[in-house]
Amino acid sequence: MKTSVSWIKDYVDLPADVTTEQLAARLTALGLKLEAIEKPGDQITGPLVIGRVLTMEPEPQKNGKTINWCTVDVGDANGTGEPQGIVCGAHNFAPGDLVVCVLPGGVLPGDFAISARKTYGHLSAGMICSSRELGLGGDHDGIIVLPADAGEPGQDAFAVLGLSDEVIEFEINPDRAYALSLRGIARDAALAFDAPFRDPAAREVPPADGAGHPVVVDDPTGCPVFVARTVSGVDPAAPTPDWMVRRLTQAGMRPISLAVDVTNYVMLEIGRPIHGYDADKLTGAIRVRRAQAGERLTTLDGTDRALSPEDLVVTDDSGIIGLGGVMGGESTELSSTTTRILVESAHWDATSMFRTGKRHKLTSEAGKRNERGVDPVVCEAAADRVVELLIAHGGGTAEQGVTVVGTPPAAPSITIAYDLSARITGIEIDADTVVTHLEAVGCTVVREPETLIATAPTWRPDLTDPYDLVEEVARVVGYDQVPSVLPREAAGRGLSREQRLRRRIGRLLAGAGCVEVISFPFVGDATFDALGLPSDDLLRHAVRIANPISSEEPCYTTTLLPGLLKAAARNIGRGAPGVSLFETGSVAFPVDRGPAPIFGVDRRPDLDELAKLLETLPLQPLHLAVVLAGESERAGWWGEGRTSGWADAIAVSRRLADDLGVELEVRSAVREPWHPGRCARLSVGDLVLGHAGELHPKVCKAFGLPARSAAVEIDLDLLMRVAVDVVTGPELSSFPVAKEDVALVVDDSVAAVDVGEALREGAGELLESIRLFDVYTGEQVGEGRKSLAFALRFRAVDRTLTEEETSAVRDSAVAVAAERCGAVQR
Amino acid sequence: MAAASARAANVRDLTRPVGGNPFTRDRRTFLDLLLVSGPNTDYDPVEVSTLQPEEVEAARDAALAAIAEASDLEALKQARTDHAGDRSPLALANREIGALPPQARKDAGQRIGQARGAVNQAFAARQTVLEAEQEERMLVEEIVDVTLPSDRVPTGARHPITTGSELIADIFVAMGWEVAEGPVLEAEWLNFDALNLGPDHPARTMQDTFWTDPSDDAMVLRTHTSPVQARTMLTRTPPIYVVCPGRVFRTDEYDATHSPVFHQVEGLAIDEGISMAHLKGTLDHFATQMFGEGITTRFRPSYFPFTEPSAEVDLICFVCRGTGLDGAGSESCRTCRGEGWIEWGGCGVVNPRVLAACGVDSERYSGFAFGMGIDRTLMFRHGVEDLRGFFEGDIRFTTTFGSDL
Ligand SMILES: [Zn+2]
Repeated sequence: MKTSVSWIKDYVDLPADVTTEQLAARLTALGLKLEAIEKPGDQITGPLVIGRVLTMEPEPQKNGKTINWCTVDVGDANGTGEPQGIVCGAHNFAPGDLVVCVLPGGVLPGDFAISARKTYGHLSAGMICSSRELGLGGDHDGIIVLPADAGEPGQDAFAVLGLSDEVIEFEINPDRAYALSLRGIARDAALAFDAPFRDPAAREVPPADGAGHPVVVDDPTGCPVFVARTVSGVDPAAPTPDWMVRRLTQAGMRPISLAVDVTNYVMLEIGRPIHGYDADKLTGAIRVRRAQAGERLTTLDGTDRALSPEDLVVTDDSGIIGLGGVMGGESTELSSTTTRILVESAHWDATSMFRTGKRHKLTSEAGKRNERGVDPVVCEAAADRVVELLIAHGGGTAEQGVTVVGTPPAAPSITIAYDLSARITGIEIDADTVVTHLEAVGCTVVREPETLIATAPTWRPDLTDPYDLVEEVARVVGYDQVPSVLPREAAGRGLSREQRLRRRIGRLLAGAGCVEVISFPFVGDATFDALGLPSDDLLRHAVRIANPISSEEPCYTTTLLPGLLKAAARNIGRGAPGVSLFETGSVAFPVDRGPAPIFGVDRRPDLDELAKLLETLPLQPLHLAVVLAGESERAGWWGEGRTSGWADAIAVSRRLADDLGVELEVRSAVREPWHPGRCARLSVGDLVLGHAGELHPKVCKAFGLPARSAAVEIDLDLLMRVAVDVVTGPELSSFPVAKEDVALVVDDSVAAVDVGEALREGAGELLESIRLFDVYTGEQVGEGRKSLAFALRFRAVDRTLTEEETSAVRDSAVAVAAERCGAVQR
Repeated sequence: MAAASARAANVRDLTRPVGGNPFTRDRRTFLDLLLVSGPNTDYDPVEVSTLQPEEVEAARDAALAAIAEASDLEALKQARTDHAGDRSPLALANREIGALPPQARKDAGQRIGQARGAVNQAFAARQTVLEAEQEERMLVEEIVDVTLPSDRVPTGARHPITTGSELIADIFVAMGWEVAEGPVLEAEWLNFDALNLGPDHPARTMQDTFWTDPSDDAMVLRTHTSPVQARTMLTRTPPIYVVCPGRVFRTDEYDATHSPVFHQVEGLAIDEGISMAHLKGTLDHFATQMFGEGITTRFRPSYFPFTEPSAEVDLICFVCRGTGLDGAGSESCRTCRGEGWIEWGGCGVVNPRVLAACGVDSERYSGFAFGMGIDRTLMFRHGVEDLRGFFEGDIRFTTTFGSDL
């Protein structure tokens, strides 16, 4: 909501020294939030004066343009009283017109300093101004031609142009619909400065007489009040008065025609949206009802709309002529030939307005007010004001007859404890203050012994609950009065186990050189194709979004890899030689258990209901993904660099599991988007956590990643579930270690981990550690075979092992490996 | 003992050839001398010239000279072999002592002993000097350029939104609060209805919601972290003090200040006697912890369906500390655009309608709630100009923040 300060001052006598900033600040403190202050004349320095064009000589130029050599009477403003010679390129004026001149010494917006200068063979001493040059907006290049009665030549033009009238833009919250009008803003301004308020809606109106245009309201709930007045003999060519154009423009509305401008003006002034019909195009009585299925209407914006039985419509004998309170129809629209105007000033049910607006995707200034709630008692006043203005500026006459159908709904009364405001705000507010402040915002208050009963003012449909009144009291007392007090100490339980584990995992990965990423969780078929997922892959079964940002990515992701791979490619594309990235985030898997229930809000849903609600939500496990692409160690003065590969992906997974005390089982597996021969399934017991390994070459290509890029994705919820909570401290033996190396030859197909396990089992308790330190393939071990070299370390807790013991243990370890894996010692 | 073993040594030495000794007239005589020497033999000690004082001195001086000349440990080792080894003149001379008659032994022994002592001392001294020299030289030779780069292994980092959320959580945990969480795909009822945002609430259109398909599934990508409030009240009994940081979604354009994906932190306190004063106290403390001493908040009346009274929270601009001026004091502060205050978030007293829908007795309990954008908070805390920096995953951005904020 934008308004000039001068308009506010029409209704409230503010102290003379109040600046626009102060006014805006006080209104902000009352809940009308300052968005911006516009000072149109701020960037202009005079002399900027009214001038009368005396002569104008068109002079064609070589470049095809014609300029006008003008003499302009600027009174004494130029110091001499002589006519001012000015060259002007515009043609939309004539001798005798009043124009706006900036004289040498003046400065226009953009630091444009004006001086007398030679141009087109003349000494042009100043400029005749257009709106644009003055920073007043306006979309035409023509100069401003002032009305004949605008003033005398030489007079300062700032006031005439409204350049000294500052404009405040407020951001009005949905509960303060009353402030979408000058009436509301001025009322709060009066409250802010304890100044007298003149209500523009307080006017004597002619009584309803049943002699006006016939109106029938079939749905009084939807349309409780309908007022109709008719003005005839309006000159359709009559211009909108200048001051009204200016105020509408300042409010951000485009002037259209007198009749339309007047209805908009009154809407801004009083807050009541008005609709004007071309009365000559109406046939028979106006009727308000709900639409019937299948009915259609072409609204003012030219759109043909299918109506819903919930829509409130205005009809006459010709059919539907308007979407009540939201937008009129084309057939009865005010036009350039309209001379007889029927003024509709009706109160509409806010919820119906909201639903209709939403259903038809219609937003309008009228709709915005009607759906938030308008004062129902000002219908007659607003209609009368429209009639007054049409008569005054369009030369019309008010027809006999005033139609008023219905009565405004009664405002609810609210019972509130005297001390509620103090208890809820924490400010010391006594009962008298509560009453005074409620009355100040317009409530009628009745004092009962224990409580007080307040009836909200008619313009405040938002006030329904005791706490609503507390806010009113609080804003008048001032939010700055709220003291700062910490609540009592609570014995909190600190972070949860999962919250601590997540921090630990993040730190570990960062310590391992990975950089955390947060990516958008949106994917589409193309994403799944790029991952090489088969058409029946479960990951393709994703939650779809009805209104996605991009139709290419209409799903909530089932895997963190796409976002991460894109981020990796972005880094590589921006010149990084390699990246290690990770992301933790939830993915979603639909459960397809129908819609989530919608409960009432008058009570808490019971446990069963709540459980049902939770069951319908998608499964949203927390995942962790890592991608390792390109260089993982740089080349440098120390030697060669190193490129990430499948083994690094598995290594980082193992590191994570180790840290959480989890024994991770790594097994080769085939799973898209990984390389079929270089993919590991990661599991703990029966739980499959996820996969790690080298990405499929096609996936690297599809995402623009370096060859051999590797990735991990695991279900972090599962990993955290099996993480060890309380580690048991180890008992360390200080007896000497006995070391034995064994090299075992096995078939290529035998997994190293199986050989290691066999050795471990065969070695028994004396084995302290086992480590595979070399893998050899080649002629010496034969085709299809490999040699695995293990370093075994033995140690007893209670003695030094003898050589005999050590070799016996080694032999039994090798024996088990031989038996299980067909291992042959080299 | 010493003499006996010396003799024993000499006896053993007899198995070895001794030829080459110029002072031995012949093997037999010498052997005889050694074996049968006695007071009455005609042995002439003067004949054993190696034991002559001048010879011993010469050998000692030669040794000392060699020691002095040894310029490194290698040369000293050679000198030791030459002058103190088994085959060195002094060692050989020493071996001759046993052959002397008893009265001559003492003199000769003393002489040789002194000479060898001097030599050994010189060796030890020279050894110390040369070792020190060698160590010195080694340290000089091993000088490296410590300014060489150390960027072999790239550095990891955690995302500032993660660490920022943790920082916020820690501030509240320190006050005894707990951290609550909820899913991002949320039931419409929890995201809207339970929070007094009924289906016909005008504010619902302000939310720019992502709905799941089909849209009558009544499920949304949560538009705020407030459903976590509802979940907490539905599953716990007061007193409740929780903060809920998390990811939220709006159908916003993606630009320098808007994103369809962003992060909020929600706070909820439900207890007996809770008022706006406690809200103010909590947010002041939060602001001070987050932005430094003296940075507090102010309230402006506002509107949120789930709170009543509602307020917007402004923060004293921590750059200009509320003056609205830049460092030089002449221009407007860039962070707050000269306002002196920064819009931080929304808050208020929990609307009793919300308490009712979530089963909290509003006669007994009252509460407050607040919410702010984490991304936005971090943007002005760290002077980040473009919101998109958080979501591009560019490691140059993220590593700037390290592993904790
Ligand atoms: Zn500042």
